[in-house]
Amino acid sequence: MAGVLLGLAAALAGCQREERQLRLDPPIADALDKIALMPNRIGGAPPDVYFVLGRPYEVNAYNLSQGKRLYAWFGCKSCHGDGRGGSGPGFLDGWWSYGPEMVSIFASIRDGRPHGMPAFGGKMTTDQIWQLAGYVQTIGSYEGKTAAPSRNDEKQTRPAENRAPAKLLFDEGPSPVHPDQGPTP
Amino acid sequence: MIRLRRACSSALLAAQLAGCSGNWQSALDASGTSAISLKHLIILIVAVCSLVWMLVMVALIAALWRSRDARPASPEPGRERRLTVAVTGAVVATVLIISTFTIMSFVATRALSVAGRDELTIRVRGLQWWWGLEYIGPDPTSRFETANEIHIPVGRNVRLKLEGLDVIHSFWVPSLAGKQDIVPGRSNELTIRAEHAGIYRGQCAEFCGMQHAHMALLVIAEPQADYDTWAATQRQAAARPTDEETATGLQTFLAKPCAACHTIRGTSAAGTTGPDLTHVGGRRTIAAGLFETTRGSLAAWTADPQTIKPGNNMPMVPLTPDELRAVSAYLASLK
Amino acid sequence: MNRPVAAPDTRDIDIERTRLTDALAETWKTPSGIWGALATVDHKIIGRRYIFTAFVFLALGGVLAALMRIQLAQPEARLLGPDRYNQIFTMHGANMMFLFAVPVMEAVAVYLVPLMVGTRNIAFPRLNAFSYWIYLAGGTLLWTAFALDMGPDVGWFAYVPLSGPQYGAGKRADIWAQMITFTEISALAVAVELVVTIFKQRAPGMTLDRIPVFVWAMLVTSFLVIMAMPAIVLESTSLILDRLVGTHFFNPAEGGDVLLWQHLFWFFGHPEVYIIFLPAAGMVSTMIEPFARRPAFGYLGLVMALIATGILAFGLWVHHMFVAGLPRLGDSFFTASSMAIAIPAGIQVFCWLATLWDGRLVFKTPLLFIIGFIVTFVIGGLTGVMVASVPFDTQVHDTYFVVAHFHYVLIGGAVFPLLAAIHYWFPKLTGRMMSEALGQWSFWLIFVGFNATFFPMHILGLEGMPRRVYTYQPDLPWHGLNLFISLSAVILIAGFLLFFINAIRSARVGEVALDNPWDAPTLEWATTSPPPSYNFAMIPVVGSLHPLWDDRDSLAVANGLRTDRRELVVTTLAAAEPQAREASPRNSIWPLWAAIATAIMLIWSIFSPWAVVWGSVPVAVALIGWFWPKGAPEDES
Repeated sequence: MAGVLLGLAAALAGCQREERQLRLDPPIADALDKIALMPNRIGGAPPDVYFVLGRPYEVNAYNLSQGKRLYAWFGCKSCHGDGRGGSGPGFLDGWWSYGPEMVSIFASIRDGRPHGMPAFGGKMTTDQIWQLAGYVQTIGSYEGKTAAPSRNDEKQTRPAENRAPAKLLFDEGPSPVHPDQGPTP
Repeated sequence: MIRLRRACSSALLAAQLAGCSGNWQSALDASGTSAISLKHLIILIVAVCSLVWMLVMVALIAALWRSRDARPASPEPGRERRLTVAVTGAVVATVLIISTFTIMSFVATRALSVAGRDELTIRVRGLQWWWGLEYIGPDPTSRFETANEIHIPVGRNVRLKLEGLDVIHSFWVPSLAGKQDIVPGRSNELTIRAEHAGIYRGQCAEFCGMQHAHMALLVIAEPQADYDTWAATQRQAAARPTDEETATGLQTFLAKPCAACHTIRGTSAAGTTGPDLTHVGGRRTIAAGLFETTRGSLAAWTADPQTIKPGNNMPMVPLTPDELRAVSAYLASLK
Repeated sequence: MNRPVAAPDTRDIDIERTRLTDALAETWKTPSGIWGALATVDHKIIGRRYIFTAFVFLALGGVLAALMRIQLAQPEARLLGPDRYNQIFTMHGANMMFLFAVPVMEAVAVYLVPLMVGTRNIAFPRLNAFSYWIYLAGGTLLWTAFALDMGPDVGWFAYVPLSGPQYGAGKRADIWAQMITFTEISALAVAVELVVTIFKQRAPGMTLDRIPVFVWAMLVTSFLVIMAMPAIVLESTSLILDRLVGTHFFNPAEGGDVLLWQHLFWFFGHPEVYIIFLPAAGMVSTMIEPFARRPAFGYLGLVMALIATGILAFGLWVHHMFVAGLPRLGDSFFTASSMAIAIPAGIQVFCWLATLWDGRLVFKTPLLFIIGFIVTFVIGGLTGVMVASVPFDTQVHDTYFVVAHFHYVLIGGAVFPLLAAIHYWFPKLTGRMMSEALGQWSFWLIFVGFNATFFPMHILGLEGMPRRVYTYQPDLPWHGLNLFISLSAVILIAGFLLFFINAIRSARVGEVALDNPWDAPTLEWATTSPPPSYNFAMIPVVGSLHPLWDDRDSLAVANGLRTDRRELVVTTLAAAEPQAREASPRNSIWPLWAAIATAIMLIWSIFSPWAVVWGSVPVAVALIGWFWPKGAPEDES
């Protein structure tokens, strides 16, 4: 009995991680756009439908890899580099200016942020923004997610997202540790 | 809204069914210099092989026929010797035939690889799941970008520089030439020449993922004068909107995600992820050979690309019916 | 050493027949019950299991083929989306090649080779048990993944970069790569067992020129497996490393090479075709004798053709890459070598024709399948000559022409002989005959259905239809033929269904078989149907290529083997002179534990590189348990 349940659980997890949701129905896309942000626009709650779908932009391999393509296609590299930052902040130093929650990252991409982050709301669909947000969160994650993308076929500048580059690079130093951040990630 | 989109795409499918049909993508309907010589080789080899097969079948049937009369089963030296002679003869014939084939293909291969003077060079980029084209001329002003539709002058050698940017694709227009893979990290080339004017269809021949089935292109061979006119048009920037609807269309295009991926020369749309749309209305097909270009097909495609071609990289951009109408009118006007 | 001087003589000399068989049955038995079934090392039980499992995978693969044909019956069909279709055609290819074709040939050999060479068990019987469990685990992994929407979707050839880290999202390509590892292990294990069995365990007197052709074919095949599989071991491992830890074997930007993948894959992949075809050719050469009522014509030629094919098989992999952009001169060399393989194939076909010409034919189902095989295989061989030509190939490569070609070679050239073999050896496998009437019906349905399904694909290919497309557009002139093909596939499926019904029914209620129902000349028919656990009460001594024909009434036997422990005769390599008595291991559960531990390590290593470190601990424990002396009489040297 326990075995059957375990198998079912594995089956569900497997389906969810590998399923390729290619077309988001417009009403769901609209609903996904309605996040509830805190007044300071940091943190908040994604809409209920996000959980009903099973947090697809964090655990689904296809969405994460699409996010990685969007990162390249929409020129994120020009400011954020490979995740180490440039004229924009990096994602690998363990410091999230507006918090590591998906809603905050989503809001940053959609609405933009002060000091140079443009709003992509008009340039990307809701689906794409969520995909990109999921990917960006993965870059800075301290745990290499199984569903995270692996390296690209290009010059390697840092370990791929499934190897938890943030953790590796943090351990290595000498990247500046933000004062507010504890001794270990 | 969804219902509208679905209805649009199914109406389009019906329209497509009524569209033209013919052997415009067949190795047996050859119009290119190398495809014609390949066709002759194919017919010759197939004919010889069919003859061989028939001979074997005659021998087999005769053997089965013979067996009806009951004879002693024990092998007898005289019969064994005759069988040995027959088998040896058949093996010698096999050796002769395949040696001939080998020499023939060697000669034909040499003929394929010796190309004449190249007069026109096109950079062909195979992408998931469309074809990016860049015409390279003698000077920078003569170069231009287009997608999914190659125009070539009849009777001239055209050199295609095949450039792989994502996965492996294979450039294949069977009526013009044999295929050549497009391999990332490698520069392959193919020279084609059309002997007759016409429209030839080609399709990616190496499995390249989700929409491998819908990665077609057209090669349009036309007289030099027509080609020159076409090329001159292509070099120009996009036509300006002439009426209110198309003007709204352009504005919507620029305000919505469209412009982030597509270029329309002469406007501020300069994305490079998707095909260049500067003269999209003048191309015969959209979505890599999927539909004939009409205002309706453009609207259907823009409205719901993921139902029509699931998995392609164009997202479903939410547009109101008015916006959709305006954008499709504008795109159709980009001759 | 310090064995008691007056030990009772337990050898099979001067012993009453029933006491002998009782003692042997006790020594070689597989205990009843689930534990006995899991621990058995009897090559016949494992062989039957292997064959059964392989046919289950054949049926599953057939279901996938049917789905594809429904989808392609009309243009722009919406039954399957591209995502599912790509998984299905990948699964169909990988399943048929790795879980059906190669294992089923090895499975038949696991069952038959020890019987045909007159020994009591296969060499390394525990390794044999292990190989089956590993194979089962690999097949289960692939199909479970498919059920979870995690099935590989990159083609059975899994070309990078599509299967690589950037374009193959998720774990789908890893499932493919690791399934390969499972089948590699099991195939290599069986290959080693077969080589040793054939080299060292042949019955006394079975010199090299008295080995049945099927056994020769398995010997050559086993060497092909041993030499070809390392290429793909290397490859699937590199792919997993690229994907999981970010190595750069196939990344051009960091000095890797995309075409390296294709070279490695086809260096394995082309011999793979002969790994499937050679056993089938051997089966035909062996089965043709009882049905032509005469020895196969040209024994030496048949054996030399097998060996020549085996050698040439390694020299023509590039013909899969003629359009990849390699230097044209090199391509021409591979044209020549690919064409040359028609010579040994031709020799075999002409020898079979000569045998039929001179024979007195008995038209039973196996012979029908053999005739069907000759008709279709010659077509497949000739289209093979066509695609070997570089210019020809530039037009038909990756089109339905190639789909037609390799189905003619693999179904016509390997599955037809295999079905003949199942009908032929069914009495030896089960003790019952298959129904002749159903057999002939299934032959005609399969033969007609097969040709009607696959022949039109040649034309589709020349008309420009590429392979691996999930649909095609209505404005292309392909829908008529595609619909015809899909309808013909119904006949083919009906034929296979009838075959399965016949096999299942006959295994339960078929006519009870005699020891040698076909009056065949080879040793497996010298024992009962089905054979006892010890195969032969006395080890036969062979005096000719056709022992049961030439010594019809009295087959000489050798004795001197102990009956209280598992023993078999080891003979010299060429002359098969008795050399020693060798113990053969008893049943053991440890191969199963070892297989489970290995499976856990391999599947875990899809998700974490540390699996190789920590997962190897249970493997080591299982191997220690496997080899730990347990005081059985077989442990004495």
